Amino acid sequence: MGYFDVNNITVAFGGVRALNDVSFSVNQNEIFTIIGPNGAGKSTLFNVISRIYQPNNGNVVFDGKNVLNLKAHQISQVGIARTFQNLELFENATVLQNLLLGRHIYKKSSFLSDMFFLNHVKKSEREQRLKVEEIIDFLDLQHYRDTPIHGLPYGVRKNVELARALSTDPKLLLLDEPSSGLTNEETIDLGFWIKDIKNLLNITVVMIEHDMSFVNKVSDRILALNYGQVLAEGLPEEIQSNAEVKKAYMGE
Amino acid sequence: MRFIFKTNYDQDINIVRHNGDRISYGLLVAAMIIIPFFIDDFYLGELSYVFILAIAGIGLMILSGYTGLASLGHAAFLGVGAYTHAFLLTNGIPFYYSIIIAVVVSFFVGAAIGFPILRLTGMYLAIATLAFGFIAEHIFIRWEHFTGGNRGMVVPTPEFGGISFYDSATFYYVCLISLIASMFAAINILRSPTGRAFVAIRDSEIAAQSLGVNIARYKALSFAISAGFTGLAGALLAHYIGYLAPDIFNIFFSLTLLLLIVVGGMGSLHGTIYGAIFVGSLPQMIAIGRDYLPSSIGSQPGLEPLLFGLILVLFILYEPLGIYGRWLKIKLFFEMFPTYKKQTFKKQKTFTKSDRV
Repeated sequence: MGYFDVNNITVAFGGVRALNDVSFSVNQNEIFTIIGPNGAGKSTLFNVISRIYQPNNGNVVFDGKNVLNLKAHQISQVGIARTFQNLELFENATVLQNLLLGRHIYKKSSFLSDMFFLNHVKKSEREQRLKVEEIIDFLDLQHYRDTPIHGLPYGVRKNVELARALSTDPKLLLLDEPSSGLTNEETIDLGFWIKDIKNLLNITVVMIEHDMSFVNKVSDRILALNYGQVLAEGLPEEIQSNAEVKKAYMGE
Repeated sequence: MRFIFKTNYDQDINIVRHNGDRISYGLLVAAMIIIPFFIDDFYLGELSYVFILAIAGIGLMILSGYTGLASLGHAAFLGVGAYTHAFLLTNGIPFYYSIIIAVVVSFFVGAAIGFPILRLTGMYLAIATLAFGFIAEHIFIRWEHFTGGNRGMVVPTPEFGGISFYDSATFYYVCLISLIASMFAAINILRSPTGRAFVAIRDSEIAAQSLGVNIARYKALSFAISAGFTGLAGALLAHYIGYLAPDIFNIFFSLTLLLLIVVGGMGSLHGTIYGAIFVGSLPQMIAIGRDYLPSSIGSQPGLEPLLFGLILVLFILYEPLGIYGRWLKIKLFFEMFPTYKKQTFKKQKTFTKSDRV
């Protein structure tokens, strides 16, 4: 039993088995990367964990809690936050509002006290802002606070999504292709940030990634998937030299 | 151009952003307070009607403009508010209690309708709300004990310290106060976590969910809050009309409200005021326009719906952000003059978003 366990997950869409009996275990405070060719089932796995897809079989346990018993909106309450492969930001809201939405789970006021904007609402708004500012400083977003998302370049948007996930104060962070579409420098920055997220914020990171040099630099352990099956699991060096993985990526 | 130097988080939380706001809105309210001394009763009545429309507009704006849910049956909530208020007044409940109860009843009717209906999205939701509008209209006709059916229902006229509600200045002030109160309530909701959750649902349901927003609950809440505001507008409308008949709250009124928020500007509370002014004055403009048209066109009965529809389509095509969006552009033009660039407001096309999860 690790910190975060995925046990025997099977997901079938009609006859297609997107995931077949996938199991792995992530330790607390490690960076665990899932790799695999397109269609291997990586994103499906994330969608199972964040309760968007219902698996046909298996279970997911995080920190002693059975994740599959939760509803999709309760996932963040147990401390799991995620980003999306095709950015799911709130386009017409500013960066600040996007990040404040990350604090939604800490909302205690009812809509009536919100309507009259009672003192405790205002106080809580200030507290949430303070927390969000920490994240803004951490990810260098100071310039963009009041910019609406639709006016931002792609790299910054990616960054905002990471920031939004972080502002929920998660224990487990799921990153779906964090480096896709980023420039070289941005990818390097991201590498440092992900390591900082682990070392400074003590957050366990599970990410899906394609950029192998980035993966090898950042990850503690790697899981390789292909056609919904686990190909291999191990340290970066082991995966790099694994024959099965090579075959899946480069053919025979 | 005004640059605001922020030194305090409260500057992002407070309603007024800078002293200029305080002065301009203060002047506006002052003007609205003294205006009954200068214009005659007819225009005062029209102005009250605009305020009532604006309150209903705020309701629909929260639902459609901020939560992204369409409703083609909102006149039904006007009806719920109007009939409840009139019924309670008839039974001797004082005005203040009655209007509050009307709002609460509308709120709960909205919540009750919202829970089942909001499992639908997009076009299907629009059709379901349309159906709800028709059903409500029929209930207003059939439930004669409560509504007087097709015979209609006289709305009693309350008095304030000896001044009858028929005095248009009194009614005007009641509408003005209601509008200002509604505006503050709406602003407060929208700047608080509740309002942010609404916007989140509008822009990306899946992300909202992953951040812990209970989609079903907040959609129903939005529907209920929206119904509450519309119910308040309905209660005031009952006094404005004086005599309730079921066919007032028909599909055409629902579409008028939709026109209001689209023309005013989706996603802005300013827009509700602009839209209300536009929609409130449109029948007059059409009436005046009829005189100048050849009688074969001018005396056609369907002219109003035709024009409403045409305006709606033209706005969606050419000015999706409505009058308020246009105003922002004009303002920026003068602020930036002479360096204004037309491209400033062009939304960049991005292809990063897909329907896949």
